Amino acid sequence: MAEISWLKNVDAALKQAKGTGKPVLLDFSAAPM
Amino acid sequence: MESISSRFIPFHAHIKDQKAVFDRFNAQWTPTQIILDSDGVERHRMEGFLPADDFLAQLDLGLGKIQFQRKDFAGAEKTLRNVCEAFSKSGAAPEACYWAGVAAYKGSDDPKHLGVTAKALKERYPESEWARKASVWSH
Repeated sequence: MAEISWLKNVDAALKQAKGTGKPVLLDFSAAPM
Repeated sequence: MESISSRFIPFHAHIKDQKAVFDRFNAQWTPTQIILDSDGVERHRMEGFLPADDFLAQLDLGLGKIQFQRKDFAGAEKTLRNVCEAFSKSGAAPEACYWAGVAAYKGSDDPKHLGVTAKALKERYPESEWARKASVWSH
């Protein structure tokens, strides 16, 4: 699977979604960093 | 298969860094993935770990729900039918089959799609709640 460029700013993600018409995938994790 | 990045705006939050975002979207367990439509409205939620095929099926189920919500019934049927067939062993499959049938009905106004869906769910997933929900369409 291709590398995913996860955004870290949720409001920026929502703004991009609005502008592009794409849905947003929110990923919430507590895995060790 | 299309990549996640080509189909979604992907956002990641770790509990140590973004607790406020967890609270904002009511993420109470990890991992949790939420699919929002482009207006920021939640359309699908996954809580707990899923193997890869189940996860991919859930992503498509979420996309199909968004298409359905937009009244793109042909697109929704195609997306959901693919989950139903290509990921037939996934946990998402019975729900996808159900909504694929509903999308087919809504797109055509032909109730035969509901009967066909009920029959298929009864045969393939007799123990699922989706087969029970569809049972009202059986004749």
